[in-house]
Amino acid sequence: MSDTLATPANATRTTALAAGATAPLFSLNATPNQTLSLSDLRGRPVILAFYPADWSPVCGDQMGLYNAILPEFHRFDAQLLGISVDGAWCHAAFAEQRHLHFPLLADFEPKGAVAQRYGVYRDQDGTTERALFVIDGEGIIRWSYVSPVGINPGADGILAALEALQPQATQGARS
Amino acid sequence: MSRLTTPVGAHDHSEGPADAPVTLVEYGDFECPYCGEAYPILKAVQRAVGDRLRFVFRHFPIVESHPHAGRAAEFAEAAGSAGRFWEAHDMLYEHQDALADANLRHYGKALDLDAEALQAAFDGRYDAHIRADFMGGVRSGVNGTPSLFINGVRYDGERDVASLVAAIHQAAGARNI
Repeated sequence: MSDTLATPANATRTTALAAGATAPLFSLNATPNQTLSLSDLRGRPVILAFYPADWSPVCGDQMGLYNAILPEFHRFDAQLLGISVDGAWCHAAFAEQRHLHFPLLADFEPKGAVAQRYGVYRDQDGTTERALFVIDGEGIIRWSYVSPVGINPGADGILAALEALQPQATQGARS
Repeated sequence: MSRLTTPVGAHDHSEGPADAPVTLVEYGDFECPYCGEAYPILKAVQRAVGDRLRFVFRHFPIVESHPHAGRAAEFAEAAGSAGRFWEAHDMLYEHQDALADANLRHYGKALDLDAEALQAAFDGRYDAHIRADFMGGVRSGVNGTPSLFINGVRYDGERDVASLVAAIHQAAGARNI
């Protein structure tokens, strides 16, 4: 597989917030001197992609893949946010090196606090799960998924969830 | 479990019998080093399984990471329209360190491709096809390159010859039941 970061299986099961739950609000650094609040994005879908760490030792990794799919997310007016426990300076270097065009949020201090509230913190590793949430414009989680931490979940589930948010099926993105 | 949403068809580049019991689909990027690593392994898998395997290549260029991958895919399509897709595919994976435009034009000459046809490819003649491959891959759960699907199911196992051959035989067996 293309992603070799991880142990073969989740050592413990987390209880990620499920569809129907209100997305916990947060405000985190998106750059060393800028913060981004979930509430700022009210009115449009948000894709929250928790991932274990910057600098995954593969190319075509999860964030690189989502970067390539950004135009498709934008057709749904959706904002993608990557989030990990790495610090803002680490994120800045990672985003620059990988040419990422979406915010990476630093769930850094207190470490993993946002991941804890979404139910996707891995105590044994000190990182987050590889977890996806699609939040609607009203701030309600409409879809969530926790991938085995070593397996990049791809984007098919995200796109299906975004499509389901559309009032009519025909408004979905064309391929 | 992620599944291939775009069935293999006439629009695809394939090697091996259309009625083979197992079809292996690779979503690949010609500049991706992991695809480069997989290239000789997949060749060995094809040799090991023989006529019981059909191999299909679809484009999944991640151009922000691999600046030459888009052009390389266009080159392969230009070769494909001249009936030489697989020669181009092999040439690209065997020269991953030299994929600049000048290199591609040189390979075009080696494959006897028409220079104007190659330029038309670089100008976007096949971009819709490449994009369709890419988006079909996204919808199928492609999660990086290379991504492999065995009889339509994404393969997340080890990418060595023995593991792949075992997975293919298992898929062939499942079809016979």
